Amino acid sequence: MIAEPLIFELSGVGKTACKLPKLDVPVREEILEELPLREDIPGFPEVSEIEVVRHFTRLSQYNYCIDLGMYPLGSCTMKYNPKINEKIASLPGLAAVHPGAPPDLIQGNLAILSMLEEFLAEITGMDDVSLQPSAGAQGELVGMMLIRAALEERGDPRRLVLIPDSAHGTNPSSAHICGYRVQEVKSNAAGMVDLEDLDRMMTEEVAAVMITNPNTLGVFEEDICRITKVVHDRGGMVYMDGANMNALVGICRPGDMGVDVIHLNLHKTFSTPHGGGGPGSGPVAVKRMLEPYLPAPRIEKESSGYVLNHDRPKSIGRVRAFYGNFLVTVKALAYILSLGPHGLKEIAEIAVLNSNYIRKSLEEDYHLKYASPTLHECVFSDKFQKQYGVSNIDIAKRLIDYDVHPPTMSFPLIVPGALMIEPTETESKEDLDRFIDAMRAINREARENPDLLKSAPHNSNVRRLDETSAARNPILRWQPEK
Amino acid sequence: MPMSYISLSDKEKKAMLDAVGIASVGELFRSIPEGVRLDRALSVPEPLSEPELTSHFEKLANHNRYSDFLSFLGGGIYPHFIPALVDYLASRGEFVSPYTPYQPEVSQGTLQAIFEFQTLICQLTGMDISNASLYDGASGAAEAVLMASRINRKTKILVARSLHPHYRQTIATYIRNLGLTAREMKVTPAGTLDLEDLESGLDEDTTAVIFQSPNYFGVIEDVAAISEIMHRHQALSIAVVTEPVSLGLLQPPGLQGVDIVTGEAQSFGIPLSFGGPVLGFMACKNEFIRQLPGRIAGQTRDVDGKRGFVLTLSTREQHIRRERATSNICTNQALCLLRATIYLETLGRNGLRSLAHINMQKAGYARQLLTGLEGVRDVFGGPVFNEFVLGFDRPWEEIAAELRDAGILGGLALGPDYPEWAGCALMCVTETHGKDDIDRLAAALKEALS
Repeated sequence: MIAEPLIFELSGVGKTACKLPKLDVPVREEILEELPLREDIPGFPEVSEIEVVRHFTRLSQYNYCIDLGMYPLGSCTMKYNPKINEKIASLPGLAAVHPGAPPDLIQGNLAILSMLEEFLAEITGMDDVSLQPSAGAQGELVGMMLIRAALEERGDPRRLVLIPDSAHGTNPSSAHICGYRVQEVKSNAAGMVDLEDLDRMMTEEVAAVMITNPNTLGVFEEDICRITKVVHDRGGMVYMDGANMNALVGICRPGDMGVDVIHLNLHKTFSTPHGGGGPGSGPVAVKRMLEPYLPAPRIEKESSGYVLNHDRPKSIGRVRAFYGNFLVTVKALAYILSLGPHGLKEIAEIAVLNSNYIRKSLEEDYHLKYASPTLHECVFSDKFQKQYGVSNIDIAKRLIDYDVHPPTMSFPLIVPGALMIEPTETESKEDLDRFIDAMRAINREARENPDLLKSAPHNSNVRRLDETSAARNPILRWQPEK
Repeated sequence: MPMSYISLSDKEKKAMLDAVGIASVGELFRSIPEGVRLDRALSVPEPLSEPELTSHFEKLANHNRYSDFLSFLGGGIYPHFIPALVDYLASRGEFVSPYTPYQPEVSQGTLQAIFEFQTLICQLTGMDISNASLYDGASGAAEAVLMASRINRKTKILVARSLHPHYRQTIATYIRNLGLTAREMKVTPAGTLDLEDLESGLDEDTTAVIFQSPNYFGVIEDVAAISEIMHRHQALSIAVVTEPVSLGLLQPPGLQGVDIVTGEAQSFGIPLSFGGPVLGFMACKNEFIRQLPGRIAGQTRDVDGKRGFVLTLSTREQHIRRERATSNICTNQALCLLRATIYLETLGRNGLRSLAHINMQKAGYARQLLTGLEGVRDVFGGPVFNEFVLGFDRPWEEIAAELRDAGILGGLALGPDYPEWAGCALMCVTETHGKDDIDRLAAALKEALS
């Protein structure tokens, strides 16, 4: 494929794709007089309508996407995004609504938010939900702020947060922004939190444990109830990263395991599209004792209808403007309503079946560091292929030649050379088998022709890119040639 | 028949269970202790079919009555015309359904769009570099404050009272556990940041001032003067732009000494969306590159020397640096960013300038017409872009109710956030308002005041 130029390189003076309404009021030049005006927007593009259409249509064709095929990124839950939910979220009556409108004119949207809060509380086994956080990492931040606020009110916010070594990178970072120092809890030989280690580290200085369950190995923390008990007994709280909730929907609920606060990713478990990196949505669900601290405003139902309660003296405050990524929450609600109780449970069942089918099919070809049972994802490594000089990156890049998206790479850090695979429940057996066949073929190639892998991909629009020089000599914008 | 997005036939499921060596799916969950398993079905409604689902949401949409009204609401979220190209192109599955472009060889479409967006933001703001977007303008403002404090290691932030109330509240939330303090800067009678208060509020611990222009009242600030004062005290100048259409006409912050520009780009092709998802952006001077939060795309070459794009400078980010990262941000607003990129490239150099001019002239017309009515006063008086504040001889709440009876949402009440201007209203006029709409507002307001 030929390279699509940058739009700036297509620009020509006087071209336009713009059809603006005419100015139908008398022009008054004097209102411009007192102002610091700009003469021009140097370099800004000028292109025709068909140039814009072809530019983005061509660019779109350079993207792999879930609509094209399997996208087995571990912990990212790349499931199919139902199209009806897109259509619903674009209903003008929902989307073309200003957030500053009086509450009595936005009862439909408030009802949507309230309903989703209720269903997410039921699914997680928690009492109350805030839909304000914009994405998972902001949900985490809110979760930790709630814990801190509650502990502060109790008299001492404490100093430390314990995080397992298999946690998502956002966890330590979120704890840090909450003013906590982070200590790492080691995993044991089964790939679970080492209960003895945790017991020893769980002192009066520890505010909370941030736990991911199932963890990033796909392993369910079997000691979860003992973990939460130890933490509670010593006056701490338990935050759960809900990124892997897809494995548990309808099977068990974090609230029943002693978790105090959890965030969800609507763009993972609840099928809203990832959009090439957002928008996401990261609701936070809490036990009742943390409710007073949730971000303001809260939606409440009164006899007259839904109202927005801004009078929340203990609230941590806002973490963004308005009410969260509303149109994302619309899609998540549509998803829940289209599946019902049985369909929701089926998500977890089939996601776990698909993952175990892959695990079983590939365990002779790829090294599996931990033998523990896994749920929705499994983490192989490149240990077998290393002897041929082939790394997980080479395996990933070669998968591209087989028209399959690579799994998550080099994560979790406790598995060197990790290949973290999460197929989700929506894949067909044909697609799972195609992935398995490609992985097996690549293992053969690693033995027989390792250079083929090391120079992969061969069939993509661009080949392996020089990321080192991109970081060393950053070119972060187009500049006109001098 | 309930909806299902599962792709396995019963026969295939059986074959897969056999391959795994188990008799039922239930066995796969044996690692979950009995005591925590849910022994009942989730209490959510029985599934709806596709037409039932659509009609359910259509009913909910009908419970919203916003679209029955002629609206002059702005205040951080603005009504603008969206060219058909934006929805058409941005709804392609190749843009909607990929993940973050961590595998650049199969993500060049998203990456090139980000690179173009970064360039457009730099051109508009007059800054050197831009990131690949943030959640929204308010969280962008909070991130900018944290960034300033990382740059100069100072702890006191000056916040203009004329900055959007939600932005000020978000900053307060973000800094509360980090040992930073915020002090609010007064508003002059002209609706601008009080430069004397700024001077007196500055000391050696001051990291930066954060202000908005056009500010929450629609008034255009003296950006160059604010920046000059900050630099004289070795502190930074952070400008927030919530209505970036203004950048089509106004001098860019980068040419007025600003160090970090952040804000909300919802105006660029993103529907009102009840406030989200929208599009935070951030741009800064080159020297601050290592402290800029969020994803950034950069240009590079592949092994054949062909130009390509990658996410870069990731050593700033949480998945590499963990607790020492510049921010905990992981996702950006890629699809909203794409909409803004398509929008700006469709409008182009002259389109954006014309649009800005139309907005300013329409708002100017409305302001002149409305302040000409008896019982209406122009509260601040100074130059504005497409929003302005009016005061009245009668409480705004009463006027607003009468305007509503005439099918008009006249503006946002200032009272709840600014008790000192209780009874005043913030009005927004854009290219979506025809002269007849503005005249209708004037007639209804006249009626309400008579």
